[in-house]
This record gives sequence, C-alpha cells and structure tokens, in this order.
Amino acid sequence: MFAAGFMMNAWITATIVAVVAGVVGYFVVLRGAAFPAHAIPKGAFAGAAGASLLGINTLIGLAVFSLLGALGIGSMGRRGRQDVATALALVMMLALGAAFLSRTTEYEPQIYSLLFGEVLGVSTNQILPVLLLGIVCIAAVAVIYRPLLLSSIVPEVAEARGVRSHRIEICFLVIVALATAMTVPVVGALLIFSLMIGPPAAARSLTSRPGLAMIASVVIALVTVWVAIAAAYLYNWPVGFFVGALGALSYGTGRGWAAWRRTRTTPVTTPRLTPATTERA
Amino acid sequence: MHQLYTAVFEPGFFGSAQVHTAVAIGGLVAIVSAVTGVFTVMRGQSFGGHALGDVSAAGGAGALLIGLSPVAGFVGLGIVGAGVMDMIGVRRLRGRDLATGIVLGTAIGLSALFLHFTTTTSATTGAIQQVLFGSIFVTTSGTLLAVAILGAVALASIAAVCRPLLLSTVSPEIAAARGVPVRRIGLLYMLALAVSVGLSSLAIGAILSTALLIGPAAAALRLTTRVARALIVACVLGVLAVGLGVLLAYDSYYWGSSHLGLPVSFFVVAIVFATYLASGLPAAWAGARRRQLRAGPSAGRDKIAGQAPHEPSAAA
Repeated sequence: MFAAGFMMNAWITATIVAVVAGVVGYFVVLRGAAFPAHAIPKGAFAGAAGASLLGINTLIGLAVFSLLGALGIGSMGRRGRQDVATALALVMMLALGAAFLSRTTEYEPQIYSLLFGEVLGVSTNQILPVLLLGIVCIAAVAVIYRPLLLSSIVPEVAEARGVRSHRIEICFLVIVALATAMTVPVVGALLIFSLMIGPPAAARSLTSRPGLAMIASVVIALVTVWVAIAAAYLYNWPVGFFVGALGALSYGTGRGWAAWRRTRTTPVTTPRLTPATTERA
Repeated sequence: MHQLYTAVFEPGFFGSAQVHTAVAIGGLVAIVSAVTGVFTVMRGQSFGGHALGDVSAAGGAGALLIGLSPVAGFVGLGIVGAGVMDMIGVRRLRGRDLATGIVLGTAIGLSALFLHFTTTTSATTGAIQQVLFGSIFVTTSGTLLAVAILGAVALASIAAVCRPLLLSTVSPEIAAARGVPVRRIGLLYMLALAVSVGLSSLAIGAILSTALLIGPAAAALRLTTRVARALIVACVLGVLAVGLGVLLAYDSYYWGSSHLGLPVSFFVVAIVFATYLASGLPAAWAGARRRQLRAGPSAGRDKIAGQAPHEPSAAA
C-alpha cells in the first residue's frame, strides 16, 4: 500500500488537499456557503472539458472557469439573491461544458475521473502545482483571516468596523476557486465538496473556538482521505464513495456528540460562536 | 419570405416526431418547474432544488445498476433525500445550507459507486452523460405519461396548500401564529419539490432541471412582486425557453459543415440565463433614475421629462 510510487503520490497529494479543504471548508460552513462551494468545482469541470477540446492543459481550463464562476457568483449575488445567482452561474457553466463535450470525442472514463477523481492516478509532476496552489490558498486565508472571520460570524459588526463585506466575499470565493482548481484533477469536481462540508461541519459541532475548530477540521479531513484511500485500495471501490460516506458519518457523529453533550451539561452561558445571533435580524 | 422561413425552421422541424416529444416533455416540465420554482426562489431553497436533482440522479444510477425503472429510481431517491434534508434541519436558514450539503455529498458518493459498478460490470456507454446531463432528444414518448402524472401530482399538492405555503414562506412567524402547521407544510413542499425535480432531471437532465426551476421563476420575481402574476410569467418564460432552445438545437445541426450540432441543454440554459440578466434591467434603470434625481433635482429633471414619464415596471 505504501511501496508503489503511485500510491506514494496519492498519499502526498491527498494530504495537501485535505489540509486545504479543512481550512477553506471551515469558512465555507461558517459562512453558509455550501452552494458556491458545490457550484464552483462542478462548474469548473466544464473548463477542463473546454481545455481538452482546445488541447491545452486541463489545469488552466479549471482555473479560468473556477475564477469566472467565483466572480460571476460574487457580482450577480450582489444584485439579486445569492442562491439564485449561484444556481444560474452553475447551470450556465455546465451548459458550456455540455456544449464542449458534444464537440469532443472524449473517452468516457476521463470524464468520470474529472468528476469523481482519480486520486490513485496522480503523477509525480502533478504534485508541485497542487502544493503551490495549496500554499497560496492557505496564505490567502491567513492574510484575510480576521476580517473574514468577523464578517462570517457577525456581518453587521464587521460592516460597522469598516470591513468591506462584499470585497471579503469576492476574496473568499476566489480562494474557493483556487482550492477547486488544484483539487479537481485529484479528487474530482464533486468530491472536493464533500471534503469541504463534512469534516468542518463535524469540527464545528465539537468546539466553538475558531482556531481549535479549524485544526479539528483539518484532522478530520486528513483521517477521512487517508481512510478513503486505504479503503479504495483494498476494495477497489471509487475513492469518492468513501469520502462522501465518511463525510456524512463524521457530520452525524459530530451532531450526535453535540446533542449528547448538551443533555449532559448545563446550558452554556458564555457567548457561543454561532451565527444564530445574526439570523434574528 | 420562404427563404427566411426555412432559415429559421430548418427542413423537417415540424414533422419530426423527436421534436414533438421533446417540446411536449420540455414544455410540461417547464410549467411544473416554473410553478415549483417560484416558491423555491421565494423560500431561498435554490440549493435544495439543485441538490435534489443530483440526489435523484444518484437514484437513477442505482436504478440503472439493479435494473429498476428509472422513474422509480429518480423520484424515489429524490423523495428520500428531501425527507432526510428536512429531518436534519432544512428549516433554519444556516442549518439548511449544511443539511442540504451533507445529503448532497452523500448522494454524490453513492453516484460514484453506482456508476463505478455500472461501467465496470457492463459496457453501458453513455451512462454517465445520461445521468449527468440527460438529453431531451432521447426521451421516449413512454416517459411522457409518467412525467405528466407525476407533474400533476406535484402541482396538485402545491395547489392544495397554496395559501398556507405562501404565508409560511413570506412570514413563518405570522403563519405559525395563525395556526398554520409550518413544519408540515415545509415538508410537504420539499416532497413536491423532490417529485418535480426528480421527474425533470429524468426527462431533461440535471442541468436543465435546475435551470428551468430557478431561472424563469427568479426572472419573473424580479419583474413583478405579485405571486399570481409571477407564476404566469415564469411558466411563459420557461415554455418559451424550451421551445426556442429545441428549435436552435435542431437548427444548429445545419450550422457549419461538421453536422455535429449543439445540445438542447446548452441553448435552453443560455436563453434562461440571458432572460434572468435582462430581468434585472428595469429595476436597475429605475434605481439609476432615482439616484440621478437625488443627485441633482434641477439637472436631472429635464432629462427625465425627455424620457417616458411613467415607466410601467419600476418594480423595486
């Protein structure tokens, strides 16, 4: 399981992907941005199809489409409802993908791997771009960490403090887009989403402290991908299935743990880090 | 004149049985989706509406694997998904996002597994495209009956709870105070949404399903604030988009020399997308005029007097 070169590549890239997904995903869950986090990778898949049609590097197609998607969602969402903007940006990108695919005679397994990932088929020269983009993502999160956190939890207070919410929103969507571009060729357009939702959601129900929750989220994401790869290697089932199932499982466990703790302890008096306070408005 | 006619409607457009089926199914689905979509957009559940399409596609992949009828697979898993989403907290705004995401992630995982088995055990080519994108041109007239019946069921259940549903959408607190079972109405709505989305992603594919659910409804709601009018506008926009999309896709076969043609879904989505963008214009113009008026009353007045004094649709 560890000896073969391609398995080593799989472990390394999956570890990078899990760290990025754990960190970015924490903010996805905190901001309630699950739909953009689903739409950007899924729409970016069309970029890969377009790139293969033009005969250029798939990574470029993915990057261009995921950035376009992020900016489209950001700017359209400013005028109307964001979920509507996200849905329409997504279907437009997918429709372009369908148009591209109708022009190519792409071999079907290749589409399957773009959507569901081919973590066991990562080549050595794919690791470096993944690592670079991963570092850029984490660095970007670190740079806007405080305003991002503030605008995610209490948007009104952030506005009052002079944080430009819309600008932060665009920055955040671009970070999701970067994370997408790097991860889609590895874990697939659809499964990066599971990794960005399940582990952070579980982490949030474990602790309400942002720093601690982010670490927990990364740890759960790491365990998820490692177990998924090992299981995929042993049973020869798609990695994606295990990632999806483990994501749901960790979320369920987190919810169960939180519910159990609530019945055991007295009501919490310290202000908890939940967006509930903002919902009343 | 005849030349223009044949340029718009390429030969054989009206005679083609395929086109008849496509327009019939597409139009039917567009109406059901538009009606469900108006409530979906008002309730802010576009993500749920899209996710249920993927969930039901996973059901379709499962049905394909075990040899069940696709209708049962699509609608069955869609209903299960909607029930689970409702159970783990689709009611609160933030929790809803997460609950939808978790169900969607699980469904995608299942999809991966089913498709993996399907493609390894049998040489079913095109299974992935069919599940993911679907094609309006491959639907048989046999599906038409199933689509019609299920569409009627979805519409009837929404019509039955129309008023309480509307009230609990606009203001859950007032609805609860009036004695409306908000929770149960919400669940019923989710189930109707699941049936509607399931049949549309079966009949016309997952992309078009979301496009026709959200696009026409969102455009209509930007054009008018009255619900009844929005429902009618959404239906008209949806049906027009489908008709025009099918026509363009049919014609695209004759464009260029490659005779490859472009998929219907591409044209329909492009039309829906353009409609949505255009629907924002009246409000944007009205806003710009208001700003102009506020900035300089004396400078702005002449300009406004020169334009149409009563802009009819200055819906804010």
